[in-house]
Amino acid sequence: MGRTWDFLTATRGATRLHWTDWASYTYLFFGVFLMFFPVVWLVLSSFKTEADLQRYPPTFLPYQQQTVTVEGYDEPLPLFEITAGEYEGMILAQLRRVGLQAQMVDPAAPEERLRVAISDYEPVEQFSLATENYSDLFGRFSFLLYFWNSTFITVMATLIMLLTNSMAAFALSKYQFRGRTAVLLLVIGTLMIPQTVVLVPLFLIVSEMGMFNSLWGVIIPGAATPTGVFLLRQYMLTIPDEILDAARMDKASEWKIYWRIILPLSAPAIAVLAILAIMWRWNDFLWPLIVLTRSENFTLQLALNSFQGELQTQWSSLLAMTVLTLLPIAMVFMFLQQYIATGIASTGGK
Amino acid sequence: MAGTRGQGADAPAPSPTRDTAPGTAIAETAGATDPRALRGAGDGIALRVIAPVMRIIEIPMLGLQRVLGINRLAWVFLLPNLLLFGLFAFLPVILNVVYATTGGDNVMLADRPGIGAGNFTRLLDCANHLDPNTCREDKFWRAVWNTVWFVTLQVGVMVGFSLLTAIVLNGKIRARGFFRSVFFFPVLLSPVVVALIWKWMLQRNGVLNAFLDWAGIGGYNWLVDAQWAFAWSVFLSVWAHMGFYTLILLAGLQAIPRDVYEAATMDRASPWRVFRRITLPLLAPTMLVVLVLALIKGVQTFDEVYAFTGGGPGTATTFIIQYIYEEGFAGSPRLFGLAAAASLLVAAVLVVLTLVQLWVNRKSVDG
Repeated sequence: MGRTWDFLTATRGATRLHWTDWASYTYLFFGVFLMFFPVVWLVLSSFKTEADLQRYPPTFLPYQQQTVTVEGYDEPLPLFEITAGEYEGMILAQLRRVGLQAQMVDPAAPEERLRVAISDYEPVEQFSLATENYSDLFGRFSFLLYFWNSTFITVMATLIMLLTNSMAAFALSKYQFRGRTAVLLLVIGTLMIPQTVVLVPLFLIVSEMGMFNSLWGVIIPGAATPTGVFLLRQYMLTIPDEILDAARMDKASEWKIYWRIILPLSAPAIAVLAILAIMWRWNDFLWPLIVLTRSENFTLQLALNSFQGELQTQWSSLLAMTVLTLLPIAMVFMFLQQYIATGIASTGGK
Repeated sequence: MAGTRGQGADAPAPSPTRDTAPGTAIAETAGATDPRALRGAGDGIALRVIAPVMRIIEIPMLGLQRVLGINRLAWVFLLPNLLLFGLFAFLPVILNVVYATTGGDNVMLADRPGIGAGNFTRLLDCANHLDPNTCREDKFWRAVWNTVWFVTLQVGVMVGFSLLTAIVLNGKIRARGFFRSVFFFPVLLSPVVVALIWKWMLQRNGVLNAFLDWAGIGGYNWLVDAQWAFAWSVFLSVWAHMGFYTLILLAGLQAIPRDVYEAATMDRASPWRVFRRITLPLLAPTMLVVLVLALIKGVQTFDEVYAFTGGGPGTATTFIIQYIYEEGFAGSPRLFGLAAAASLLVAAVLVVLTLVQLWVNRKSVDG
């Protein structure tokens, strides 16, 4: 035991752990708890039945009352353990409740009806995942529609953004033309115009173009980003011009140089930008909220928000939907964490 | 194709983040495996899909190249992007001014009567600007003061905790990568998801109240109380965004040369003194970047708090962007002019902050 402890607390520098190390690890583990517990709690709760969600204090794991099918009754009956009185220790199925009394039967001997005070029994519960929360989403709620809307917006906006931004970055990094500095300043200028401060005129332009209540109204205005142009230009500047000259010798057209040489060579930067763009679009909220007002056009984020706003919040479906919305991003995070961190930190945007 | 790719691989491949101050160190600290590794796999499939499209585009592009010459072709490459910028960034700025100086509830500019600076006087008309009740647009001033308070608290708390976390992570810590990504994880969550997660935690019969009841402190209906709702909004916002700033500050810390610390150890400087005299001054440029970025984002807070409290109870958590949204889009009549005027005021603040940011960035790059 002592050895294990020594091993666990050993540091690279031979000395024992200082109190600051203890403080550091305490802080970090508290951080892990604070950052992960809410998400874990959300996922666990999403597997609880509506009845289980109402329970206070809540249980950590999802439980459901056990039921049993008794001969002569169509519906499965809930099981209770009798804690006091005449039938103490037996496990009985409840037929119905009348006031403070319950009519019960012994599943082994279903003919005889027994009367038990409800203060004398406790429900028999077992760990069980309420997967119907999830299957309901596909049936009763148009989850797939929202999912499709979100995916369509994310994919199309990302593709358009990558194309236009990489073309602009190519022009700004590989050509010497009059007005290049002006264009660069223009791009910097757009940094100062976040969407949040031009909502009203943007709304006019989008409705004038007939894109109000259309997914394209979300896709197109977000397609050109100054961050994207900068990120790609910065990378393309590092591609040596000699490659381009060699290609020109071989009579490659400029467009061919762009898509056969520049694009493949800046793939790492494009990958970073693609991940960022996917994240931006998937999580986008304010602009879709303005443009998409009909529920058949809702993205997942809008659908989540409108469900929770309803008077009777149906938490069981809402939680399941939240988990499914969170899932794609969590997957991306697990596999591409490093690129995301690098990309976000280098562009200063998210 | 293979030939060009070979050349590319031989060429020096600096990270794309070379010139941005915080980024430089990140690429190294994150121990980022070379993003080039991403390439290979997707290449084959992507190429097969893209190639035909690109070949079709090549035909008109070749024609344009013959007509314009190589250097002027750059404008063709710039065109789509500039078109989007013009249409969705610059044109709106001009139209915003037009909206701000006209009244009524029509979207079409032709139907809007000009009222000069009417919207601005209406927004700014106050007996005492510190007390929203004396203002004509009391909701606007409530939103302004809420935002000021929110930004102060959120940025202060967030930068403080980010700095603490970055310093802890910069120590001799095992599994640093793991801890770093744990703090970073919420950054990726969508604002609505963040809001719902915490709403679920904090509801009357939620897990926090269950814990408080169990501990004997007693639960509370947090989101019904104006001050608690505000406090939790700050908390939620810090929770969601601090990982991002931690990352930048950690990069800044790791960029401080080791030998400075070694010299301090030689001189038997106390850890506190080392922190005060070495870490903080050398981290100052990064801190400035972080502060300005956090301010810019903080002023624009909307999504997570709107989904969390809906701006309530009352107007306790209504911030300036929500005011704009509600005046212009959610309310009736839709007062576009008032919303545009308010967004111009926000834009003025943001422009100043962005200029500071660019200036800071330039300074830290040169330095």
